[in-house]
Amino acid sequence: MYAIKAKKLKKTYGDFTAVNGIDLTVKKGSIFAFLGPNGAGKTTTIRMLATLIKPDQGEASLFGYDLIKQSKAVRQRISLTGQYASIDEALTGQENLILIARLLGFSVGKAKQRASELLESFGLDDAAKRQVKTYSGGMRRRLDIAASLIVTPELLFLDEPTTGLDPRSRSQVWQVVQALAEAGTTILLTTQYLEEADQLADHIAVINKGRIVAEGTAAQLKSSLGSGVLTLQLANQADLMHARSLLAGNQDIEKITDAKEGELRIKLKQPQIATQLLVELGQAGIKVPEFSLGQPSLDEVFLALTEER
Amino acid sequence: MKQSKINTNQLRAVLTKQERPEPPNPLYAITTFSWRALLKIKRHPEQLLDVAALPILFLLMFTYLFGGAIAGSSREYLQFILPGILVQTVTQITMYTGMDLNKDIQKGFFDRLRTLPIWLPSSLLGSLLVDSFRYLIASTVMVSFSLLLGFRPQGGVVGVISAIALILVFCFSLSWVWNTLALLMRSEQSLMMLSMMVIFPLTFLSSAFVDPTTMPTFLENVVKYNPVSILVDAVRGLMHGNVELANIGLVFLSSVIIIIIFAPLTLFLYRRRK
Repeated sequence: MYAIKAKKLKKTYGDFTAVNGIDLTVKKGSIFAFLGPNGAGKTTTIRMLATLIKPDQGEASLFGYDLIKQSKAVRQRISLTGQYASIDEALTGQENLILIARLLGFSVGKAKQRASELLESFGLDDAAKRQVKTYSGGMRRRLDIAASLIVTPELLFLDEPTTGLDPRSRSQVWQVVQALAEAGTTILLTTQYLEEADQLADHIAVINKGRIVAEGTAAQLKSSLGSGVLTLQLANQADLMHARSLLAGNQDIEKITDAKEGELRIKLKQPQIATQLLVELGQAGIKVPEFSLGQPSLDEVFLALTEER
Repeated sequence: MKQSKINTNQLRAVLTKQERPEPPNPLYAITTFSWRALLKIKRHPEQLLDVAALPILFLLMFTYLFGGAIAGSSREYLQFILPGILVQTVTQITMYTGMDLNKDIQKGFFDRLRTLPIWLPSSLLGSLLVDSFRYLIASTVMVSFSLLLGFRPQGGVVGVISAIALILVFCFSLSWVWNTLALLMRSEQSLMMLSMMVIFPLTFLSSAFVDPTTMPTFLENVVKYNPVSILVDAVRGLMHGNVELANIGLVFLSSVIIIIIFAPLTLFLYRRRK
């Protein structure tokens, strides 16, 4: 069963094509991440799927309801937490949640009760009676997400939920996302951070210039870029230079890069040749105190996918 | 201070609650929005100072600056100008309605509202209701103060109260103009500029300060058909006990016309706003 099925979604603003034909299927109960740089079309896509803007072309259904023809049914099942906190800064955290709860149809008493439940489980009970404008970025974000969960949605859109947050606040948001997924809510989030997509998402779509350029699990994306990367830690600069010149002409190597001081990253055409290279280096008298063979990092995948396409 | 922490177990329990109430009826939504507007006043009581202090300042300036020159004496001019300046200051503060809406849009609060199962106009009506309360305060302060200065309305208490009621009706309709502009303009500054460009001619090119018959013919005609002039004439008539019923009818008519044009326009823009 699918939470989202979209076909050839397109949105243009004047001459600018924000989203240029996106196909998408999101499984119910999964965490799906849109990964891409600024201006890639992530927000536009999410806003179209959340019924906030109309696509120029294409079609989509959420939980089997047509995005455009049955937008009311769609809206009842989803919730959106945008890039900018959509809460009222002049009100307190508690008042914000009560306000939204009442507008969702809760009675005054029930709204109060729901607000305090949420404030408590989001670690905001101490700040409940303070105006939101005194909140830190992480607290705002949590309150904003809490406001989206007053009625537990079947699908939650999170647009860059951790942009601008410190590491502790970020991991708190991650906890929330995971708890939500465990409770059965489907989540579609956008992010610029590979680490975030890697940590949270079951499925990642890399989006660039309004198109999906790659899709799959984090592992699939990494292996799609091929082979493996051999990282060598060398004893000194002389050894590093030596190793570099020795490996320069090797046919089995795709690319050599200097990573950190005294470290070489060697992208291999086939992982098997790693041992061979280490033997070669040893024979040439180059000491390799440390080495590792791994898959390319998501950073490398990301850069490779979003570079000049 | 206790370290704020996310309580994962509790969170899971809260999230598995599948309570989905029926969407609120419009009246409940309107009162909820009014509650929000009242909370904002509670947080920023200086807003009220604004609507109370500014009118007094204007009243004093106009009465004593122009009084002698225009009507021979300040006291006499006060009788003429109070209804005018009351209308002018109160219609000017209606501008803030648009500012508030614009702020909601800029801050993203508006996006949240659009995903809620509410009758959309209720958000506008809820804040208009509280705004009317602000207009009422402004009017009351001003009339009381002018009584101290020597304003003597011939229409009595009934005349003054019905005059204020008439102003509230007109201001309610004028608010829709600001809402429309708020939805059209991107930034608060540009909205402010545009609103000023509307409100100043609207209030000054009226019968609020001077008798239109003293103006050049062209201007006199402009002033005569300005809805603010119509309101000023009716308010002046009510307060001094010599109102023509037709004049009151015209105020209602112009209010209705403004609403017929701008309320649907506002709602249209509200719905299709990206």
